[in-house]
Amino acid sequence: MTMKNTMMKMFAAAAVLGLSLVPAAAQEFRAGNFPMQSGEAIYKGVCQGCHMPDAKGAVGAGRYPALAGDSNLAVAGYPIGIILHGQKAMPWFNEYFSDQQVANVVNYVRTHFGNHYTDKVTAADVKALR
Amino acid sequence: MTEQNSEGMSRRSLLNLIGTVAGSAVMYHAMTEMGYAKESGYTGPIKLSAPPPGTSVLILGAGVAGMVAALELRNAGYKVQVLEYNNRPGGRNWSLYGGDTYTELGGFTQHVGFDPGQYLNPGPWRLPYHHYGILDYCKRLNVALEPFTQINFNAYLHSTEAFGGKPQRFRHVLTDWQGHTSELLAKCTQQGALDQAVTKEDKEILLAALRNWGALDKNYQYAKGAISSNRRGWASDPGGGLDSVPIPSEPMAMTELLSSRLWAGLTPGLGYEFQSTIFEPVGGMGMIGKAFGKELGNLIKYNCKVIDIHQDEKGVTATYIDSRTGGTPQKASGDWCVCTIPASILSQIPMNVGAPMRNAINQLPYESALKTGLQFKRRFWEEDEHIYGGITFTNQPNAMLGYPQWGFFSKGKGVILGAYTFGPNAFMAAAKPPEERIKDALEYGAKVHPQYKQEFDCGASVAWHRVPWTLGCAGAWTDERRAAHYNDLCAIDGRIVLAGEHASRIPAWQEGAVTSSLDAIGRLHKRVMAG
Repeated sequence: MTMKNTMMKMFAAAAVLGLSLVPAAAQEFRAGNFPMQSGEAIYKGVCQGCHMPDAKGAVGAGRYPALAGDSNLAVAGYPIGIILHGQKAMPWFNEYFSDQQVANVVNYVRTHFGNHYTDKVTAADVKALR
Repeated sequence: MTEQNSEGMSRRSLLNLIGTVAGSAVMYHAMTEMGYAKESGYTGPIKLSAPPPGTSVLILGAGVAGMVAALELRNAGYKVQVLEYNNRPGGRNWSLYGGDTYTELGGFTQHVGFDPGQYLNPGPWRLPYHHYGILDYCKRLNVALEPFTQINFNAYLHSTEAFGGKPQRFRHVLTDWQGHTSELLAKCTQQGALDQAVTKEDKEILLAALRNWGALDKNYQYAKGAISSNRRGWASDPGGGLDSVPIPSEPMAMTELLSSRLWAGLTPGLGYEFQSTIFEPVGGMGMIGKAFGKELGNLIKYNCKVIDIHQDEKGVTATYIDSRTGGTPQKASGDWCVCTIPASILSQIPMNVGAPMRNAINQLPYESALKTGLQFKRRFWEEDEHIYGGITFTNQPNAMLGYPQWGFFSKGKGVILGAYTFGPNAFMAAAKPPEERIKDALEYGAKVHPQYKQEFDCGASVAWHRVPWTLGCAGAWTDERRAAHYNDLCAIDGRIVLAGEHASRIPAWQEGAVTSSLDAIGRLHKRVMAG
C-alpha cells in the first residue's frame, strides 16, 4: 500500500461523507457526481460551460467545438463515446454520469441547436460503449 | 511497508490499528512520523555548460515552465525567444487586481473592482516549504514572500447538516476529536483489548501518550476542565484583575461529533503539501510571473497565438498570429524547441511529432476548477470573529472560505476566497456566468458568516474550463493514463521537448512546472552537446 493510495482512500472516504477537501492527488479532483437528470438540465448545468449556452462553442488559444448543427452527431455512438471517454481537451465523464444521464443529454443535444436526429439512444446503448 | 518492529508487529498493522481505533488524523500523523513522504527533486540551480555559439531555442509559453527554461538557457549562452498567447508573463501564475479586465470564453467579461492591495489568485496560491525549486526562483528574483496559514485553529469547520448548521471552531473539533478517540483507545488498552498488539511495557507508554495526545485527565477521561480548555479554549478566558477567573468550556459530545463528519476537515492540512511553513508572494502569486517577465524583458513576445509547429532536421518553426487581432501569420524559429503549451491546447495545434508523443498529448484533458473572490467593505472575520488568515471548510459546493493572509488589522476592505472547488461543483459553476458564481459564493458563505451580505462589495470569479488559454486548470492524469503515456509525453521528439506541470509528477503545482522544465532543458542540453 503506497502512501498515495492510503491518502486517496482517506480522502475518498471523507468525500463520501460529504465534506469537500483539498485534492492531494490528481484522482481527488474528480470526487462527486452531477444531480441533474434531464438532458436539458445536464446540458445547461454542465456542457454549456465549454460548448456555451448557444452550443456554438468558443475560440481562444484553442477551441471548444460547436455542437449546433453538428454533423458528427448523426451517429449517436460518437457523442456517447466522447462523453464517456473524452477526446483531446474534452474530459471523460464515465465516472460522473449514469448510463441514463448520458442517454438523456445525447438525446437532447441531437434534437436541439439545429440538430434533428430523432432516433433515441437508451441507457443500454450507453452501457455498451463503456 | 513490510518492515517489522522488535515486537514482531508490522508497521502496517500498527497503522491499521491506530487508524481503526483513533481515526485517520492520528493515522496520518503517525505515517508522517514514520517518514513516508518525498521531497521535490530540486537540488539547486541547474548548471549548463556553454552550448555551441549561436545555438537557439524557441520556447512556447511564458508560464513558469517556459520562463524557467528561457532564463536558464539564456544564462547558459543559448539564443532564446519566447512566444506567449497572453499580454502578460506568468500563465497560470496570475493575480487579478482592481482595474483588471478578464474575458473568459463565451465573451463573459469582468471588470475587477478590488481595492488597491486586494487580489484574487485564480490559480496557485501556496508555496510549500519543500517546493525548493519555485522558492529558489523567488529568492533569485527577489520576490518577497510572507507566510500562508493553512490551518487556523480559530477558523471554522462547517456542515449544513451538523450542529444546526452552526460553524464550529477548528480547535474545538480537533481537541474534542483527539480527546474522545484517545479516551476510547485508553479504555481499550486498559481493558486488555490490545494485549495481543502491544507489550506490557509499551502499554504503559501508550497510555501516557494517549493522555498527552488527547488532553485526558488523570483517569484517562476527556472531560470539561482546565486540561481540555487549555487546548480547545475557555468559555471565558483568564484575564487581569477582578472577575478574571477562567471558565472551562464544554466539549462536544462524542456521538454528535462523530455524526457531524466535521472530523474529515481536520486532515487536509496534514497533507505534506499543506504543512507549515507555506508561503505566498507579497502582493499576489502573480508577482512571480512579473519578476520572471521583468528579468526576461524583450525575449518574450506577447499576444502570439501559435497555430502550427513544424520541425525538420535543422530546426523548429512555430507559426503564430496576433491573439487579439488575428492577421497575417508570422514565423519564429529555433534550432530546438521547448514547448510548454498546455496539452489541452497543444492537442489542437498541428505539430509533426511521432505517434507516442501525439497520443500522450491527445489523452490529457484538463481538470475543472473554480475560484471566486469576494471583496467585503470591512474585515468582519477579523473584527468580529478573530480569524486572521487560514481556511474555513464547508460541506457546501463552494468547499471553502480562504481568508486574506495579508493586511491583518487594516481598516480597509478585504478579499475572501469565497469558493475553491474541483470536480462536479466546478463543472457546474463553469456553466454559469461569473455574476451567478459570485452570487452562489455569497449564499454559501452567508451560512458561515451572517455578515456576508451586508458587507459584500464586489467579486471576481474564474472557472478554469472557460480560461481561453488553458481550457482547464491542470493535466487530468490518472494512474492508468500516466502509466501508458507519461514517459512518451516527456521524451524528446526530434528537436521538441515538452514541459509544464502536466509533464511532472507534482500536478497542478508550480514546483511541477519548475522541475519539469529543468529536467527537460537538462536533457535537451545533453542532446545539443552530443552534437
